[in-house]
Amino acid sequence: MGRFMLSFEHLSKTYADGTRALADINLTVHEGEIVALIGGSGCGKTTLLRLIAGLDRESAGRIRLDGEVLSGPHPAVGIVFQEPRLLPWLSVFDNIAFGLSGVSAAERKARVTHALEKIGLVEHADRWPRDLSGGQQQRVSIARAFVTNPKVLLLDEPFSALDAFTRASLHEHLLGLWEETRPTVVLVTHDVQEAVTLADRAVVMQPKPGRIFDELPLTLARPRDRTGLPFETSVRRVLTALDHSLKAPQEQPQRERDRQAAALWW
Amino acid sequence: MTGNAASNAWSSHEGAAALAAPTSTEKRRAFDWRILLGFFLPIFIALLWEAAVTFGLAEGRLVPPPSRIIATLWGLAQTGELWTHAWMTLWRVLVGFVIGALSGIVLGALSGSSQTLRQLLDPTLQALRAIPSIAWVPLFILWLGIFEASKVALIAVGVFFPVYLGIAGAILSVDRKLVEVGHVFRLSRVQLARRILLPAVLPEAVIALRSGLGLGFMFVVAAEFMGASEGLGYLLVDGQQMGKPDQILAAIIAFALLGKTADSLLLAATKPLVRWQDTVRERL
Ligand SMILES: Nc1ncnc2c1ncn2[C@@H]1O[C@H](COP(=O)(O)OP(=O)(O)O)[C@@H](O)[C@H]1O
Ligand SMILES: [Mg+2]
Repeated sequence: MGRFMLSFEHLSKTYADGTRALADINLTVHEGEIVALIGGSGCGKTTLLRLIAGLDRESAGRIRLDGEVLSGPHPAVGIVFQEPRLLPWLSVFDNIAFGLSGVSAAERKARVTHALEKIGLVEHADRWPRDLSGGQQQRVSIARAFVTNPKVLLLDEPFSALDAFTRASLHEHLLGLWEETRPTVVLVTHDVQEAVTLADRAVVMQPKPGRIFDELPLTLARPRDRTGLPFETSVRRVLTALDHSLKAPQEQPQRERDRQAAALWW
Repeated sequence: MTGNAASNAWSSHEGAAALAAPTSTEKRRAFDWRILLGFFLPIFIALLWEAAVTFGLAEGRLVPPPSRIIATLWGLAQTGELWTHAWMTLWRVLVGFVIGALSGIVLGALSGSSQTLRQLLDPTLQALRAIPSIAWVPLFILWLGIFEASKVALIAVGVFFPVYLGIAGAILSVDRKLVEVGHVFRLSRVQLARRILLPAVLPEAVIALRSGLGLGFMFVVAAEFMGASEGLGYLLVDGQQMGKPDQILAAIIAFALLGKTADSLLLAATKPLVRWQDTVRERL
């Protein structure tokens, strides 16, 4: 975790109808870090990811990737949407290979097959997306983003529509893929357990206008034991921060105190 | 798209595969005999009418019994007349369909993919659409003469509008979410059109072509009413003038068979393109 990988400088987004979705966001995400964005709906989480992915333009400020100011979709940035968004006319294999143009056929086959193994869907390679369950579709969508080896991977509540069993198994699939190339990950979630399971840092956001309320480091060793006391403590810390963000919009962030408390605890 | 599969999301993939296979074959098997059910009503009515005429309960002069219609049809086939007329009609529909569908596809694609072109083209085309196509007949005859050109032009106009509207509408209704997938992978405009827009509009394009073909068969009748010496439409007019209701009904049956065959061929030809679709529509 050395260099800056992804940074936001005074980033703001006001939609055409005057909605201030994001106001003055400043944040730096390190290389290989997994950052979880948490907050109620309407905090501008999706907006932030869309700006990074180049699907929308910021109103003010800038996003830098390795120093380079982003303008439009970048080859090193991949995204997994809330819905799988698979192309229904392509097989599972071809969906995963969708972003692999300019790659030799052999290389393409090798990469997609490897991704299929990683997500446990090898025998489904030739099926249509419609024949897969929701969880399987989302796994394909994650694989489609991973095969291009992005340096930054954005995930917008990718598991929110799934049941708890599927979600837990998808967390493992996601971490399995992440281990291989260790991309920088920005994960949007409203599930605190999910954030603590996956992330190195939780960023709590607040709505109207969307802004950062607090940041909490999550320094538990991996693989994380969801039943242990440290996990519980982290979950409680994030929940407390969320509570503050909801109840007292004016209150100052408790960042420092929490950091000290965490340091003491360890 | 996810369908009912989402409910067993966490089940193992082997389980899902095993579940999926038998259901689809079961469905197919259950479907077969129900198709036959559709033949029941027409055959029943035909037999009833046949019996009524045979036993003198009805006089079959204006509404000939099925046996006479079949005999007439058979006779026309024997002399080769049926094939000449059917072929003439089919040829007119095909030429008109190709011209109408091609221009519908091109203009529909232009109007669907560019806001400026839509604002330029669409008002005029919508205004033209408001004119009943048959109203063009006198003008087409003046311009193009009484022979083939005016007939084909009328059919082409009939085919054009459903195709134009269908293609433009299909492009406008392509899911923005899928287009964004293309943007994320930085597809060029051409790649986006080829890899996302084209496949996405295919199902609706097929429907537009089918309704265009249907209208083509409708308009060929009108075209052949306006002075033709060949074609199934001519058989209709001739049957009326000569007082031969069996010939009219034979020609109607020939129209039905020809139209259905053409539609089935179109459906079969485009089926591989839309196999991925997950809708009830594909059974129609
Ligand atoms: N295209 C848009 N036009 C206008 N307002 C929008 C648009 N997209 C989102 N918003 C508004 O911006 C705010 C943030 O939305 P969003 O980024 O989707 O939040 P989140 O993902 O955190 O729920 C909301 O108030 C939402 O209504
Ligand atoms: Mg959102």
